[in-house]
This record gives sequence, structure tokens and C-alpha cells, in this order.
Amino acid sequence: MLIRKPSDIVPSEITPRTLYESRRDFLGTAGKLALAGAGLILPGLAYSANKLTTVPSAYKLADKLTPLKDVTHYNNYYEFGLDKDEPAEVAGKMKTRPWTVVIDGLCAKPQTIGIEDLLKIAPLEERIYRMRCVEGWSMVIPWVGFPLATLLKRVEPLGSAKFVEFTTVADKASMPLLNHAVLDWPYTEGLRLDEAQHPLTLMAVGLYGEELPNQNGAPIRLVVPWKYGFKGAKSIVHIRLTDTMPGTAWNKAAKNEYGFYSNVNPDVDHPRWSQATERRLGELLKRKTLMFNGYNEVASLYAGMDLKKNF
Amino acid sequence: MKSLPDQLRRFRSPTPRRISLIKAVIFLLCLIPVGHMAWGIYTDNLGANPVEYITRDTGDWVLRLLLITLTVTPLRKLTGWPWLVRLRRMLGLFAFFYVVLHLITYLWLDQSFDWHAILKDIVKRPFITVGFAGFVLMTPLALTSANAMIRLLGGKRWQALHRAIYAIGTLGVVHYWWLVKRDIREPLMYAAILAVLLGVRLWWKLSERRTGITT
Repeated sequence: MLIRKPSDIVPSEITPRTLYESRRDFLGTAGKLALAGAGLILPGLAYSANKLTTVPSAYKLADKLTPLKDVTHYNNYYEFGLDKDEPAEVAGKMKTRPWTVVIDGLCAKPQTIGIEDLLKIAPLEERIYRMRCVEGWSMVIPWVGFPLATLLKRVEPLGSAKFVEFTTVADKASMPLLNHAVLDWPYTEGLRLDEAQHPLTLMAVGLYGEELPNQNGAPIRLVVPWKYGFKGAKSIVHIRLTDTMPGTAWNKAAKNEYGFYSNVNPDVDHPRWSQATERRLGELLKRKTLMFNGYNEVASLYAGMDLKKNF
Repeated sequence: MKSLPDQLRRFRSPTPRRISLIKAVIFLLCLIPVGHMAWGIYTDNLGANPVEYITRDTGDWVLRLLLITLTVTPLRKLTGWPWLVRLRRMLGLFAFFYVVLHLITYLWLDQSFDWHAILKDIVKRPFITVGFAGFVLMTPLALTSANAMIRLLGGKRWQALHRAIYAIGTLGVVHYWWLVKRDIREPLMYAAILAVLLGVRLWWKLSERRTGITT
């Protein structure tokens, strides 16, 4: 069997950054002009993206998909703005090439992987997941990605590794809210190692068959469908294996409101509002929220745990 | 050139016809938010989460109209235009109109008229508790807004009752403050305006007591 070692130079760094960016700016402007025209006819589809080749997956849902326009224009991405429609307006400035993700900490083979290699780490699957926001609304999104477990296998976690920490990019040039202490930047999130290795846990690089729009966490983000949406760190630059429970952005902001686990749980209310129901975008009346967002296969991860205490 | 007070005095006593016109214009202006929402629903143009939009928008207009209503008296004293008070009832009633829309949105679209859940919500969630208390306090004010009710209650008692608007404004701002997740800029803005409007009343009251002169 041919075992390929990852090259020391990531492909995205071969082209000089300035040249690369100026080229992108030009293409971006040209693209925007073309898309502005298309946007008049097809509102909501007007974002530049590349098609991704996917293989079929077992993760499908009977639920109706949330329209692309809603998935890409109703976002919580506080680095870009606090209103739901702001990220779509602002995030375009962020450069997602070149992009590397550092994976280190308690593992045998720490490494830095370029986005081009990440896209080839495993066959990309289309997975339709429910997404439940802690604020009480939900979507159904066809993600494109690969299991985080595959990525973790490559770095060979040590026996002492118990948790995984994810860090979002903090790009001052494109993220206006980094100048305000809304949250403790950079945004970090965390999972227990067994949660991170669960087959449902996805590293998403696209949605609706195309590369992720910036406001949805381009170029690579975490999706943990049985947890509240904020657990899915966006635009990840660093993944760290550790033996201690990492701090997370929302937990640091309000300890009694956003726990480390933050599993979707209709029986454990947010201190200020109920989590028993949710509004699926596009529906008039609320629907009942399901335990683990309907992903009961994860229940065994929490066997014997008091989920009211470990919320 | 005339001084500012001179110019203001020109509007001291508009003709009844002109006051009716001003009232009609304000009436129509107050209908713009609900018209905008209705048009948004009709054209499906209220974003990905129209119910949230309507809830927030109706709530915003309750707060705005409460603050505008509370501005009438200070503005009357500052300008010396007594007729401004004749706009107050309509503004207050529009605040009530929007709070009813806000409440219906909550009862119907948020809770599907599940009275058990609603009762639990009112008891358990402080922001719902204060919001609902604000609505409850507003109701008698709306019901006693007619001239006949003023006569029936007697001016003094009527005025005492209608001072509840100070509490209502405060409950409204607290209601908003307690529901936001992280970004308190907007509730803070409403709170600051409310503080000025209530503060100016307190200041007048205190200086009135000191000088013994009623303004």
C-alpha cells in the first residue's frame, strides 16, 4: 500500500499571497458584477461558489430542506455582526485561501494541513442534518463534509487526550466585531474526544453541493447536529487535543446559560426561555424539540450522566 | 429676526382645524409600522423568520410609542404649547394597539394558545413576567382613556391611575433588556431615553417643591 506523507509545503502557500489575493479580488469583482445580473433573476442564489463532488451518504431526512437563501442569510456569526442578516453582507471580505488548519496538542502526529488537502482527506459526503439554535429556531441543511473522526485518526490522538478544542479565525481585516468585547475572541468551542469521534460529527466544507459561503463558516467548520448550533465552530484554524475540558466562548460569556455540553434537550430550559419547542424556519407554528435533536444514537455517550447538571 | 421663543409662540394656539389635521397625520404615521408588516407578510419579504420579525417589530413600536407618549408633557412644558396634550391619548392608545398585536403574536404564533404553557411561561420567565405585567397595567389605562372616564373617575384620580405609565415604560425596557442574548445596545438606548424622560419629571417635581411654584 502506498502511504503518502503530507508535503511540508501546503499547496495553498505556493502562490505568493499578494498575487493570490489580488487575483481573487479581481475575480471577486468580476464575479460580483456577473452575479449582480444573475441576482436580479435568481435572488438568493447570488454567491460565488464552487461545486463539490460528493458521494451519497446514509444521513438523509424526510424533513423539508430550509431554502438556500434562508440558510445563507439568517446567520449567527458574531465576528461579522450581531444581526442575522449582517454576516451575509459583511463576510465576503474574508479571504479563505490560502487557509491552513493546525492540529496539535496530545497527538502523535501534529500537523498543519492546507484546505486543498483537507478537501481530499476523505470522500466528501452530502449529509442532511437538522440544526437547532439555542435561541429556539431550527433549519434543515444539506451539508457537504467528512467525519471529524477521519481527520483525528490522521494525527493519532494519545491515550491522554480527552477533549478537543476548536478555534475560529480572528481576522481583524474582515471581522468588525473583533474590536468589541462581545465574546472572548477568538471564538473557541470544545467537545469531549468521544463526541468528536462520533460518526455524526462532521467537518463541513460545503452546503447545497457547493463550497461554504463565508457567513456559514468557510472554508471549514464543525457541525454537531445533536448539540445547539453555537457548538459548531466556524472558519476553523486550530484543532487542539487536550486532557482538560477547554473553555468555550459562550460558556465564558454566561456560565449558567451555556454549558460545555449544550446538547439539544427539550427538558432542560435556558434560564431565560423554554427549549421545549422550536420554530422551524418556514413554518408558522412551533414544533416540539426532540431529545438530542432527534439523534438518539448519541444517547450512549451520556449514559449515567445527569444531563440537567451537565447541560 | 425673531428669537426662538417668539417663533415657538406662533404655534401656541393653532386653530381647531389645524389640530384635527395634525392628529390625522399622526394617526396615519402610527399606522405605517403595522402597514409595513402587513405588506411584508403579503409579499413574503420579512426575512427567514417572519414571526420573529413581527414579534420584535411590534415590541419595538410599543416601546417607541410609550417613550413618545412620555415625551408629550416635557415637550409641552419646554415649548409652551398646551395643545400638545391633545395628542397624548392617541399616542398612548397606539402603544396599546401594538402591545395587543405583540401579545397576540406571542399567544398564537409562539405558544399556539397552549394556556398551560403560557401560564408556566408567565410565572417562570422573568422577562415574560415583566412584559405581561406591563400589558396588564396598560389595559386599565386604555379602558379609561375616554373623556367620559376622566369625568367619571375625577381628574385627580384619573391622573394618579395614568401615572402607571412610568411603571409600564420601565417594565417594557426591562422586558427587552432581559430577553437579549448578548447585545444590550438597543435596550440600553431605550433605557437611557426613559431615564431622561422620568428624570426630568423628578427634577421638576423636586424644584416645584423647593420653589412652591407649579409649572
